[in-house]
Amino acid sequence: MNKTVFSVKNLTKVYDMGEVQVHALRGVDLDLYEGEMTVLLGPSGSGKSTLLNILGGLDTATGGHVSYRGKDLTAATEQELTAYRRFHVGFIFQFYNLIPSLTARENVAVVTEIADNPMTPDEALALVGLQARRDHFPSQLSGGEQQRITIARAISKRPEVLLCDEPTGALDFKTGILVLEALERVNKELGTATAIITHNAVIAAMADRVIHLADGLIADVAMNRTKQSPAELRW
Amino acid sequence: MNSLNRKLMRDLWRMKGQSAAIVIVILCGIANFIMFMSNMDSLMITRDSFYRQYAFADVFASLKRAPDSLKDRIAAIPDVALVETRITADVKLAIEGFDEPVTAKIISLPDDGRPLLNRPYIRKGRLPDAAEDDEIMIGDTFAEAHSFEIGDRIGAVINGRWKQMTIVGVGLSPEFVLQLRPGAISPDYKRYSVLWMPKAALGTAYDMKGAFNDVALTLTPGADVEDVIRRLDLLIDRYGGFGAYGRQDQMSHRYLNEEFRQLKIFSAVFPAIFMAVAAFLLNVVMSRTINTQREQVAILKAFGYTNLQIGWHYFKFVLIITFCGVVSGTAVGVWLGRMLGDVYMAFYRFPFLIFRLDEKILIAAILITLAAALAGTALAICQAAKLPPAEAMRPEQPAAYRTAFVEKIGLGRILSQPARMIVRNVSRKPLRSMLSVVGIAFALATMMTAGFFKDAVDYLVHVQFTLSQLEDMKVTFIEPAPSNTVYSLKGIPGIRHAEGYRTVSARLKHGHRSYKTAIEGVENRSTLRNILDENLKPIEIPPSGIVLTDYLAEYLKIEPGDTLTVEILEKDRAVRQVPVAAVARQYLGLMGYMDADALNRLNREGNIISGASVVVDPLYKKEIYKQLIEMPRVAGAVVTRDEIRNFYDTQAQAMLIFTFIATLMAGAITFGVVYNSARIALSERSRELMSLRVLGYTRGEISYILLGELALLTLAAILPGFVIGRVLCLYIARAGASDIFRIPVIIEPATYSLAAAVVIVSAAVSGLIVRHRLDHLNLVEVLKARE
Repeated sequence: MNKTVFSVKNLTKVYDMGEVQVHALRGVDLDLYEGEMTVLLGPSGSGKSTLLNILGGLDTATGGHVSYRGKDLTAATEQELTAYRRFHVGFIFQFYNLIPSLTARENVAVVTEIADNPMTPDEALALVGLQARRDHFPSQLSGGEQQRITIARAISKRPEVLLCDEPTGALDFKTGILVLEALERVNKELGTATAIITHNAVIAAMADRVIHLADGLIADVAMNRTKQSPAELRW
Repeated sequence: MNSLNRKLMRDLWRMKGQSAAIVIVILCGIANFIMFMSNMDSLMITRDSFYRQYAFADVFASLKRAPDSLKDRIAAIPDVALVETRITADVKLAIEGFDEPVTAKIISLPDDGRPLLNRPYIRKGRLPDAAEDDEIMIGDTFAEAHSFEIGDRIGAVINGRWKQMTIVGVGLSPEFVLQLRPGAISPDYKRYSVLWMPKAALGTAYDMKGAFNDVALTLTPGADVEDVIRRLDLLIDRYGGFGAYGRQDQMSHRYLNEEFRQLKIFSAVFPAIFMAVAAFLLNVVMSRTINTQREQVAILKAFGYTNLQIGWHYFKFVLIITFCGVVSGTAVGVWLGRMLGDVYMAFYRFPFLIFRLDEKILIAAILITLAAALAGTALAICQAAKLPPAEAMRPEQPAAYRTAFVEKIGLGRILSQPARMIVRNVSRKPLRSMLSVVGIAFALATMMTAGFFKDAVDYLVHVQFTLSQLEDMKVTFIEPAPSNTVYSLKGIPGIRHAEGYRTVSARLKHGHRSYKTAIEGVENRSTLRNILDENLKPIEIPPSGIVLTDYLAEYLKIEPGDTLTVEILEKDRAVRQVPVAAVARQYLGLMGYMDADALNRLNREGNIISGASVVVDPLYKKEIYKQLIEMPRVAGAVVTRDEIRNFYDTQAQAMLIFTFIATLMAGAITFGVVYNSARIALSERSRELMSLRVLGYTRGEISYILLGELALLTLAAILPGFVIGRVLCLYIARAGASDIFRIPVIIEPATYSLAAAVVIVSAAVSGLIVRHRLDHLNLVEVLKARE
């Protein structure tokens, strides 16, 4: 078995909304491993985004522990979390979150400029097949292209983990497949541990491991004995 | 409350910071407007009511000596309503414990104690009794400056004789709302006063029984003032008349009018700046608000709201901000107006100040604000109202960017990605960026006007008292005296040097323009008096010909080489043609200068002088004063240093208030512009900034992107601000110029730096407030939301 990247113990998260308290996570135990492709499935409100945000250092837990390579993230300061995101994690979101004032290449450079051992923006763009569009601004790119830029941006720092929140959620089927192929390629070629959140169960077929979340708890964990390539997926 | 109004309230609350920033800018504009206008209005009403109740005269004249019988002939001039003949004299005073030269103008009161014209208002005590010859009433500023009480005694040298006088009253008069010693640059309450004394006592002292040397008259409504003046001059000519003049040339009245003119300029300039800035800010905020609410507009329209309802909804937003600005601005304006009113009341003496806020001023304020608000927002609101629902339902097109100009010229390579973002954001909305720069530049310019006044005054004093008038003391004689009188002054221990000077009052004419002033005769090779050219280099006064001060030459439309008609207003009233030799730079007053001998020749007089400029040994000051008081020929003495100090003292409070207000104004504009730009930048870009945070950028690094843009705009505004500031100062100086004084446009480096510092600090504070907000943005929330 590969080395553990994340170790999650009895993780809880409560959102205090004034009069009501929302329990997003009710005690999650989970390990994620090096080089592994994990898909987290669950309906909306199941807590999967909250879990991903805590893993990525975007949000803090109410209780329990998360350790990243033995370091306790739940005890980390704001500065430590910033540094953690800066050097170790790659993010991909449903709505791309590209910087409109920067070109494709510059959007990647935003990360490579502050990372420790990055690839060049061109290398990263090559990995997602978009070198030709490097000088275009986001407004000049299609949704799928924009999402592939965010993948290039996320992987350019050679992160140890890639966290993807509904990466195909805003895309049509065809472009979605292109994006998933890019993710699979990065996972394979760079050995980056990848966690994908989705409510699209079809995508689970390309994972090493599928985790079902429901109502703030892990409902089920399944290993895929035979992974499908994204090209084989249909929805 | 219907739900649309509820939405309005919540939107306003959500945008309270930005709304408040705009309210503050409107507040400043309105406060300025109200402050200046209400003061002008209040002072005018107060003045008019004082003039009316205390019968301020319409025409004035001084003469040598005329029999009382002349009065009837004056009264017979067509259009003359009332005539009052008086005796006036300049006297020296000796005040216990105050060893400096004090002079006064003493004015007679009719013996029946009921003056017809220029009636004094009695603040304390009573009018002097005609039966007593040692009772006087003194001016209220003088009484305050020396803490005199009724019953106190002061010594006076009246017609060369010592006399102890008893103060029986303290008063003021419409004729001396501003009590200014002739030739002085500011009122000197300690060293100059107007005194009132019964005509009988004064007539005896001056050997003027059955005679008078001053006359004041009122005219019937619609009278031709110029005609009356001409006829009066004809009558008093043979009695040594010095030239009659109307209210327009009466000193106190003239200064008041100048003040009104300045108030009018200020009430136009500053509110205009604020309203323009407010219009810009409202435009930026409303455009942005409407943009972010496109989908809400679409939904409302889909539900059946009309274009008018939508437009009205957003217009109410503007109205509420405008309303808050007008209300708070009016309150602050009244408060500041009273403060300014107190400053004026220390300067201009009225028995009362009728402070009022005329509804016309208030209506004007409201209309101005509404006009500015409409100018700023009409387009954006119309666009919101006309937005087709289907189009509005689609989110706005993603912002399109291009490479910026600085990158195209090859500077792109040295820019980091955050720096690139700053440059492209600035150049993506060039108009908005430019207007922000202009707004901040105006803040800086406003600040400069405060410092400019101080610099100008310093410079003016420097030119007048360091470069031009080099004496320590100026001594004036009661009557012109032989020029060798100067030797008796030189004989006083402690007087190191003395030079005679001659002044002659004259009317200078060129073409159809004329101006009544004085010609000063300057001693050949004078070491104490420099007449300066435009480069402030001394002008050699030619043996014949006249040198005119620049503003006078301009006023008379005359140039060196032209011939000036000089009508001497003394002695035999000769009229002569004199060539203009040169034009001199002078900021105070309007004068002509001639060689002393040439002036006496012109006037067909021997070697006589009107007074002397002296240099004294400071150790002997007190002794010199004492000797001067005792010299019968000497009418008074003015110490230059006292004059300057007094000038600064009287200006100090006004200057402080003005600087205080200007700093607040500059701060408010900067805050309004920078804070609003920052908030809008934040709302437009919180998503990308948060994305950067997710990518591992620190708070400091993303603040740099947001605030760097504002820093860039602020810094870009400094140079244009200096230029606009200079132009604004130039305009104020031009508009404020009068024959009383001209404001030199001198701006010291310290003023530039202070203005820049105030703007930079205000910008920094605004930036920090936004930074605080940026630090508290929730990463996850921002990213979750769809654009």
